[in-house]
Amino acid sequence: MAAQGQLGREHQGITLRGSAELVAEFFSYGINSILYQRGIYPPETFTRVQKYGLTLLVTTDPDLANYLNNVTEQMKEWLYKCIVQRLVVVISSIESGEVLERWQFDIECDKTAKDDNGPREKSQKAIQDEIRSVIRQITATVTFLPLLESACAFDLLIYTDKDLAVPEKWEESGPQFIANSEEVRLRSFTTTIHKVNTMVAYKKDSVP
Amino acid sequence: MAQFLFEADLHGLLKLDTPIPNAPPARWQRKDKESGPGPSPAGVSPMKPANRSHSSSKTPSKTPGKSGSKIQSTPTKAGGDRYIPNRSTMQMDMANFLLTKENDPAEGSPNKKEQQKAWAVNLNGFDVEEAKILRLSGQPQNAPEGYQNNLKVLYSQKMTPGSSRKNSRYIPSMPDRILDAPEIRNDYYLNLIDWSSQDFLAVALDNSVYLWNHASGEIIQLLQMEHPDAYISSVSWIKEGNYLAVGTSTAEVQLWDIQQQKRLRNMTSHCARVGTLSWNSYILSSGARTGHIHHHDVRVAEHHVATLAGHTQEVCGLKWSLDGRYLASGGNDNLVNVWPCTQGGGGDFAPVQTFTQHQGAVKAVAWCPWQMNVLATGGGTSDRHIRIWNVCSGTCLSTVDARSQVCSILWSTNYKEFVSGHGFAQNQLVIWKYPTMTKVAELQGHTARILNLTMSPDGTTVASAAADETVRLWRCFEMDPIKKKEKEKANSAKSSIIHQSIR
Repeated sequence: MAAQGQLGREHQGITLRGSAELVAEFFSYGINSILYQRGIYPPETFTRVQKYGLTLLVTTDPDLANYLNNVTEQMKEWLYKCIVQRLVVVISSIESGEVLERWQFDIECDKTAKDDNGPREKSQKAIQDEIRSVIRQITATVTFLPLLESACAFDLLIYTDKDLAVPEKWEESGPQFIANSEEVRLRSFTTTIHKVNTMVAYKKDSVP
Repeated sequence: MAQFLFEADLHGLLKLDTPIPNAPPARWQRKDKESGPGPSPAGVSPMKPANRSHSSSKTPSKTPGKSGSKIQSTPTKAGGDRYIPNRSTMQMDMANFLLTKENDPAEGSPNKKEQQKAWAVNLNGFDVEEAKILRLSGQPQNAPEGYQNNLKVLYSQKMTPGSSRKNSRYIPSMPDRILDAPEIRNDYYLNLIDWSSQDFLAVALDNSVYLWNHASGEIIQLLQMEHPDAYISSVSWIKEGNYLAVGTSTAEVQLWDIQQQKRLRNMTSHCARVGTLSWNSYILSSGARTGHIHHHDVRVAEHHVATLAGHTQEVCGLKWSLDGRYLASGGNDNLVNVWPCTQGGGGDFAPVQTFTQHQGAVKAVAWCPWQMNVLATGGGTSDRHIRIWNVCSGTCLSTVDARSQVCSILWSTNYKEFVSGHGFAQNQLVIWKYPTMTKVAELQGHTARILNLTMSPDGTTVASAAADETVRLWRCFEMDPIKKKEKEKANSAKSSIIHQSIR
């Protein structure tokens, strides 16, 4: 049934709802990959799943999975309404509270898609290929990102439109920038309705 | 007598090996007792003095060491104390700002407002008026206590724990010989050494290929590229050892005759450098930076007989199985593809298996010589795992974390073992027992990452080329002469049984 649905989607093109789902799904797997690769959680708590033609690691920890599900569901809604601009994963040290790494996903939403009734032309496969490259890049960042010495915790920040009513369970927050940071831009992907740019900023080592 | 007491006191103070009795607790001890995190913003300051008075009252005249142990018995959560259990969830800065901002003047002149807005955009990276930032409230998930980031273990370890069981054979920890390999290119994706069945070791040093005769020790320069910036990217001997295939950065695949030291063919079909080569009798397969694999039939003029498109990034590992039925390829896109030797129905080559489990580039690809359809692959820096596969069923038979970039894997023909070459931090070769996957030995010596491994024709010696510009020969699979005789007897016995049954 799922395969049929996907096939139908491929032929029909991308709708706004479909695009929101794709991007929210990408965020869910992307955040899981970041948590695994940066060692925020023990690697034994991750299990392998096949997605985008890759083997990805997702967490089996029920609390964490729940937490991420909430965020993904909310993102889906906001993406559909085109009111979310950015998703940021902030990795900070537990003891000192200092922000060590900041993964920033910029979202550009084509607002005309809301008024359009017809779906856009872009094959599922092409989008999957682009998403696959971004996820592979996230995996490869472990080769140059500085080691996270202390135990770390992560936080998710979402930049939304000013006039959005803050839903329950969410609160306002600051941007949590890194003081002296080095930035690296990763690849971007687009579904023709939503475009996602990825960037990682990390604390520059004080000792050269 | 007073002066002796004075002297004793003085000595006691100067020795400094016992804690000074009756001294006020040092600043770090006070901080320890408070067991709070480092920065203490203004918003929390009213509580602090209360804390301090409590802790100081606990230590009337006990020595600081003793009171410290008492405090440690009380349970402390990560970064919290009994007033604020979990400091990391509190937004001290925000709270402080909100508490104190009522005193600030509200409005400014229009110019000032513009300036403030410009500052805000600069500082925040976005227009504060247009967007706001939301954060999911509630405790951010923390990893279970006592969990140490395993990457730290990876990058800080000095010695990896080897197997405690004594090896049944002696493996010399020093290389047999060290050859100089100046100008060798430090590029993970190239395959620059190969050992022929005629006991010649071919080494590609930047734009030249040198042959080293193992028996006599003499060195011949086989070729040097004319183009100034071109370099050799791969070398591979044909099974008989009389022809050498050379892949170049200019996308050519050349075939050289060793006897006459002449180039026989120059096959161009790729558009990017040819990083890896593999022979299957008269078919030469080449993998390029574009991700395409070409089959060349070296006997005919139209050499390019097939194209395999299975990788989207550079093909760095390529090996035909020993029976010639499958071709395994690994790429920079973290995929391992297993290709059949014949085309499928539509005339196209499609992989019979694709393995996506590696999280890094797969350069190390090797077929097991004593078990059919068993393939070993190793991942690069992001992955560091060695995986053994059954290519018929597609299952991963076993995995082991090698804790370091894997550049090459070679199976031994003399023992049921395989050797893997590694990079940071120890640049070692590791010999593993199969199928138990235990470490038999670790061979250290290289001072920079190992790039390639190749095996001698008699299976006793492994040559490793590394970025430290040396090629080291390790005599790790030496056969016991008694065992060797037994093996030869067994081989001859097998053939005689076959002859008997045919009758």
